Amino acid sequence: MTRGRWPLLGGFALASMAAGLMLGAVPIAPGEVWAALRDAGAPAGPIVRGLRLPRVLQGFLVGGSLAVSGAVLQALIRNPLADPYLLGISGGAAIAAVVVIALGLTGAWILPLAAFGGAMAALLLVYRLSLVQGRRLDAHILLLAGVVVSAFTSALVSAVLTLSEAAQLRNAFLWMLGGLGGASWQSLGVFAAYSVIPLVVLARQARGFDLLALGDDAARHLGADPVRLRRLAYLATGCLTAAAVATCGMIGFVGLVVPHAIRRLWGPLHLTLLPAAFLLGGAFLVLADTLSRSIAPPVELPVGVVTSLVGVPLFALLLRRTLR
Amino acid sequence: MILDARDLLVSYPGSATPALAGVSLALRPGELVAVTGPNGSGKTTLLRALLGMLPLSGGQVELLGRPVSHWGSAELARVVGVVTQREDSLFPLTVEQTVSLGRYPFLGPLAAAGAADQAIVAEAMQRADVARFASRRTDELSGGEWQRVRVARALAQEPKLLVLDEPTASLDVRHEMEVFELVRRLAGQGIATLLVTHHLNLAARYADRIVLLHEGRLVADGPATAVLTREHVARVFDWPVAITTWCDGAPQIVPLKPGE
Repeated sequence: MTRGRWPLLGGFALASMAAGLMLGAVPIAPGEVWAALRDAGAPAGPIVRGLRLPRVLQGFLVGGSLAVSGAVLQALIRNPLADPYLLGISGGAAIAAVVVIALGLTGAWILPLAAFGGAMAALLLVYRLSLVQGRRLDAHILLLAGVVVSAFTSALVSAVLTLSEAAQLRNAFLWMLGGLGGASWQSLGVFAAYSVIPLVVLARQARGFDLLALGDDAARHLGADPVRLRRLAYLATGCLTAAAVATCGMIGFVGLVVPHAIRRLWGPLHLTLLPAAFLLGGAFLVLADTLSRSIAPPVELPVGVVTSLVGVPLFALLLRRTLR
Repeated sequence: MILDARDLLVSYPGSATPALAGVSLALRPGELVAVTGPNGSGKTTLLRALLGMLPLSGGQVELLGRPVSHWGSAELARVVGVVTQREDSLFPLTVEQTVSLGRYPFLGPLAAAGAADQAIVAEAMQRADVARFASRRTDELSGGEWQRVRVARALAQEPKLLVLDEPTASLDVRHEMEVFELVRRLAGQGIATLLVTHHLNLAARYADRIVLLHEGRLVADGPATAVLTREHVARVFDWPVAITTWCDGAPQIVPLKPGE
């Protein structure tokens, strides 16, 4: 039943990337984009190959990773409201990034590195808080630990921002809203190499997440090991989210809503859900980023603002149409 | 012998009295055994101990001749199907998808279900009489239909042992009877079946043996006529009862009103 939809989704993903290469502050015709892709010396080469292609690819990878993380976390915490930022990871990244911005530290790699460090620290802190009896990762406690760590870091961020100067305040604010402006072949390479392992780990456990959504006992009786599965899933999604936040700031909405959209269209089995969410999440973020730099050039709207402004009405429509 | 548990001792940390003490239980292929007893008598603890989900302080459980603690979870799921007391599905699947989850212990991480798996799922749905509504979503089912779907899922595991924990709780008479009829039929097909239930009268008519628990100890294990005596039932459930005999020979329990 769903087989015929793969070409559709794949086509949509490719179309989003084509749009990402053609549109922007300087629109480029399809023929010129094609020429630039085949030949670095073409007139549009520097823009297409040097700027837009790495940005589009990184947007796709980040959007896909966020959507997959959200889908897995929703099954893991058994809560449809879960998203990749629920568990304190973004808070850890934010406080580290805001401190770096407030201190006026510069350098291409300092901000993402600090954000990644903060995210990983929060990830491990939440993980440690959630271990019950030494080894069992409890879903409810995980959620609570994530929420309190988020609350704590957001208080810290507010404190630091209050003490910052206006220019730094604006920079920090823009960073937190997220954007792909920093994308380059280098950052794409780092993110791609890094995200492969967590994505493969999650894909291999797809069937386990179907069982985890039934509750621990039922999952165990169908052959899963819920404790191990939850640990693996939390660490893998955490690593993905940390890298996404570190490179692009906090891009909301993708991780929460793309999985629900796919479930409504294709059903909740994870062997379909995870790859489909990856494709749709990737395409959606690329389109949102394309819009963000085409609306009012040379100003780029934060992509997180666009994902919500465009995504919320679309999702509301989908909800209305699939409600029975 | 499918299941052989001897002299089980289970203690929960912080509790002075053991949750289960000196309980032994054996199950042969095709046998339907009902486990009953008052609330808190250790029925669910016994099930968990038999399935290797609890550490034993004493005694041992053998499944197909091997200590159950030596079985891995996937390995166990290829031999034992369990229908737990409660289960809520977070993201509702169709009936057919739900039953297909029973094949997961047999599939590699990314392998698609083959024709053989699909045939087993179809047969499981037939046997549990849920094939008629295979494409309905599980959140649209009645309580009785949902229970039969979960039995079908357990059947898709091709179990040698089927364990059901109060499968008819909160079902009306018809759905309750349908579940008991189904379980009896499955036992007749050779599956060793362990059924935890509060329905003494139905257990008396359907089960080959009844295991009566009280305060973590075994009161009696045998045919209904030997286990469901007035003395046993009144003492264990702490309420006066009268026993009559139904035309099929099964004892039937009538709880007495005060003064009767």
